[in-house]
Amino acid sequence: MTLQPSGVAFSAREVTKVYRMGEVEVHALRGVDLELMPSELIVLLGPSGSGKSTLLNILGGLDVPTSGTVWYRDHELTAADESELTRYRREHVGFVFQFYNLIPSLTAVENVALVTDISEDPMDPAKALDLVELGDRRDHFPAQLSGGEQQRVAIARAIAKQPEVLLCDEPTGALDISTGILVLEAIARVNRELGTTVAVITHNVAIAAMADRVLRMADGRIASAERNERRISASELGW
Amino acid sequence: MLTLDRKLLRDLSQLKGQVLAIGLVIAAGVAMFAMYSSTFESLDHTHTAYYDRYRLADVFASLKRAPLSTASRLEALPGVAQVEPRVVVQVTLDVPGMTEPARGLLLSIPEHRRAILNDVHLLRGRYIHATHPDEVLVIEAFATAHGLEPGDPIGAVINGRRRELMIVGIALSPEYVYTIAPGDLLPDDRRFGVFWMGRRALSSAFDMEGGFNDVSLALGPGASSEAVIADVDRLLERYGGLGAIPRRLQVSAWFVANEMREMKTMGSILPVVFLAVAAFLLNVVLSRIISVQRTQVAAMKAVGYSNREVALHYTKLALAVAFAGGVLGVAVGAWLGRGMTSMYSQYFRFPEFQYFLSPRIAVVAVGVSLVAATLGAFGAVRSAVKLPPAEAMRPEPPASFKRGWLERSGLTRMLSEPGRMILRNLGRSPVRTLLSATGIAFAIALLVFGFFFVDAVELLMKAQFEEVMLHDVTTTFVEPTSAAGRHEVERLPGVLYTEPFRAVPVRLRYGARSRQTAVMGLPAVPRLNRVVGQKAGVVELPAEGLVLSSSLGEVLGVEVGDRIFVEVLEGRRPVRTVPVARLVDEYLGTSAYMEIGALRRLMREGAVLSGAFLKVDPAELDRLHTRLKATPRVAGVSLSAAAYESFQNTIGQTLGLMITINLIFAAVIACGVVYNSARVSLSERERDLASLRVLGFTRAEISFILLGELAVVTLIAVPLGLALGYLFCRGIISALATELLRIPMVVEPVSYAWAAVAVVAVSALSGLAVRRRLDRLDLVAVLKSRE
Repeated sequence: MTLQPSGVAFSAREVTKVYRMGEVEVHALRGVDLELMPSELIVLLGPSGSGKSTLLNILGGLDVPTSGTVWYRDHELTAADESELTRYRREHVGFVFQFYNLIPSLTAVENVALVTDISEDPMDPAKALDLVELGDRRDHFPAQLSGGEQQRVAIARAIAKQPEVLLCDEPTGALDISTGILVLEAIARVNRELGTTVAVITHNVAIAAMADRVLRMADGRIASAERNERRISASELGW
Repeated sequence: MLTLDRKLLRDLSQLKGQVLAIGLVIAAGVAMFAMYSSTFESLDHTHTAYYDRYRLADVFASLKRAPLSTASRLEALPGVAQVEPRVVVQVTLDVPGMTEPARGLLLSIPEHRRAILNDVHLLRGRYIHATHPDEVLVIEAFATAHGLEPGDPIGAVINGRRRELMIVGIALSPEYVYTIAPGDLLPDDRRFGVFWMGRRALSSAFDMEGGFNDVSLALGPGASSEAVIADVDRLLERYGGLGAIPRRLQVSAWFVANEMREMKTMGSILPVVFLAVAAFLLNVVLSRIISVQRTQVAAMKAVGYSNREVALHYTKLALAVAFAGGVLGVAVGAWLGRGMTSMYSQYFRFPEFQYFLSPRIAVVAVGVSLVAATLGAFGAVRSAVKLPPAEAMRPEPPASFKRGWLERSGLTRMLSEPGRMILRNLGRSPVRTLLSATGIAFAIALLVFGFFFVDAVELLMKAQFEEVMLHDVTTTFVEPTSAAGRHEVERLPGVLYTEPFRAVPVRLRYGARSRQTAVMGLPAVPRLNRVVGQKAGVVELPAEGLVLSSSLGEVLGVEVGDRIFVEVLEGRRPVRTVPVARLVDEYLGTSAYMEIGALRRLMREGAVLSGAFLKVDPAELDRLHTRLKATPRVAGVSLSAAAYESFQNTIGQTLGLMITINLIFAAVIACGVVYNSARVSLSERERDLASLRVLGFTRAEISFILLGELAVVTLIAVPLGLALGYLFCRGIISALATELLRIPMVVEPVSYAWAAVAVVAVSALSGLAVRRRLDRLDLVAVLKSRE
């Protein structure tokens, strides 16, 4: 068994993923190596079908690679079984999806409570909503909220369990600029104030400027990695 | 409350239409179970308590005449605890205001104390006085039928002399819970009554002083009735014993037991079908809910809910529906059970027929519905939790369509584009299509079953009254008599034709099995009382050998050609071996027949007859009745028309109600299945249909696509349902067959047609309900939402 390098949040080696979509076999990942540091905010850039989401899902324990190894701190995710992955997600990971994936039959605060119900040391759902500046809309159902508000509820839901990792899959993909910026500000604030390791995937190049590090993906591989000299705040982004 | 449970409640309220439909199907199944089981338990409890409290005997024996001292010898037999000798005689009654004669059975009771065994329960009036020999108690059913009250007189032809008896009490007896005249198959409270009369008075009227002709015995704990019966028969043989029978075969007890068996069978088969359908519906609906909530499942898993928690969440939905349906079902079942019990009390007479639904039944009923729901949920939930969250997050891949054989055949070229969509969509998931069709087929099958009962009972009655009993009147002589008796009957007013019969009490024995019955001697080709089989049709009696009803054949375990022992229980009591010449699949009873000449040869007797069947001129009926009442030689008269009428009034009513209940429940299933199928396909196709509307299709056109699918599924279901219904009826009749009754397998074409038409109509109504939703389809909202 290889030892996990100390001080690294995530470490992935030679990760490949092949899955079937209907009648087509898709090679989503073709050998990815990656390391993520604690409290780091990275942005994964790439066109549709480049494997960003697959990589993020594997890091989040939602999916397992076809080959390769993935470590989260001292957990080898690729050796974990179904229930260990569930526990990993429950204890360490917060997810934000492009289409929010809120439960439509639950109000904003209830959507957050869905997570705090099963967490060991959660924050108060109302406080999590305050953090994304939605305290006054807590009793609205998703259908009564705008897209940006829904996404912020999703962020509140993701951070309410105080996760060590926040994984965001195209969090602004369905939003206009100004709403998108509100959402990104919320994500940056979580990274800054709670020290959460954050990975954001997007095909929007402009967003890269808010990251510590930018990874570009193409055709199932990491094509390049660069470190930003200066992170700019989300409110300064423009696209 | 956990947040997930809050989601559950909101999901339930959103799905209320479908939830209601499934809940009602479950409720129907549970109601049937609760109704039959509780009525069974109430009847079981009531009759057991009654038998115990009024000391119904364990063994019954009739004989010609034995001295009273024989009673103490019977008491000394091993296993016998108590003995109650009595005098039992059949008389013709003259009831005020009734032209036709009625039959009465007079039983002796002790004057100074209550009977040790088969005690009566006095409803009104008082017990007889020793000093008034004409006082009698009358059974309540007969009293009610004639409005008789204590203080009313009644005439009886006793030993050839008309005598006025005085009713002093109205009574019930555990021996006559179900009151039926000897040899009859149906109760007739107007024309048959049981009376209790002081022992001394009855004995002296029939020259039975110091003797008895009937005896009841109670057994000690652990005694075997077979062994006691063998001893009793040996002891009573020289007193003309007619063969002792155990309580199990005592007429009333036998009827009650048969009825209870039927109830148990119905109560265990029907609910299973309903709950299976409900489980199936839950499976379909849950699968659909889960596939609609695919991304919600993914989100739950992504935030850390385990497979078990997700599975439990959806299973809870099924359990909630099942619990509500179960509770409703128990309530409805209790209500129906109460009604059924009160109907039973019309012909099962108990001092107190207490209906109760035990907590055990309620718990089992709800428990069973929960189990059914869990089974139904299992498959659907399993596939939901199996889905890896990442995959669930992606929208479902476009369904893979292939050009099936149907299209390659070129048939679809004749269809429009929407027509092709219908076919492809159905062909894409043939299993699903077949399952939906199966659900609807179940509804059709249940309706077929409901109608089948109507057909079967009708056929049974038609067979009994139009093929078997072609006579108008049966006369039975006090004693087997010579040809002179027949002439006497022939000379009665209005008699057009007579057919003699010879009935000989026997015990048939084959190996270790035996049955006490009577062999009916009839002409080789009977004209007024024919032997008719379900398949065999009208049967001629062979010159030699016995013809047995198949059920009696089964009781004895005999086949055609087997030689069985016939122990005659009257006269010189010969024992002979006779071959079984034929088994006939009769509808009713356990009968044995012989050609009358063969039977007389077996008895080594001349032209003796026990009675005659009469064909009568209807215009002369009244005169005939009057004469029959005053004919000492005739002990009993029974009338076919009266039997039919009384059947209609009692069992016919009960059956009618049960059939109505079955039909209502079948309709519930039909609605449940069809409405759910329509709703499920609507929610599956909503987006497609909305897209088509955006492309410019009209409401009528998209309705055609959706309802066309439903129509095709319904059409597939019709033949399937009819076939299933047929098999279902077959299954039920073999489960329901009792010694008393074999229900014929007959479903009239018109019943099949009704079943199919009813379900197609329900289908159309559900289609319309869904069509209304389709018309209100919010195009923008449907296309925007990803779910």
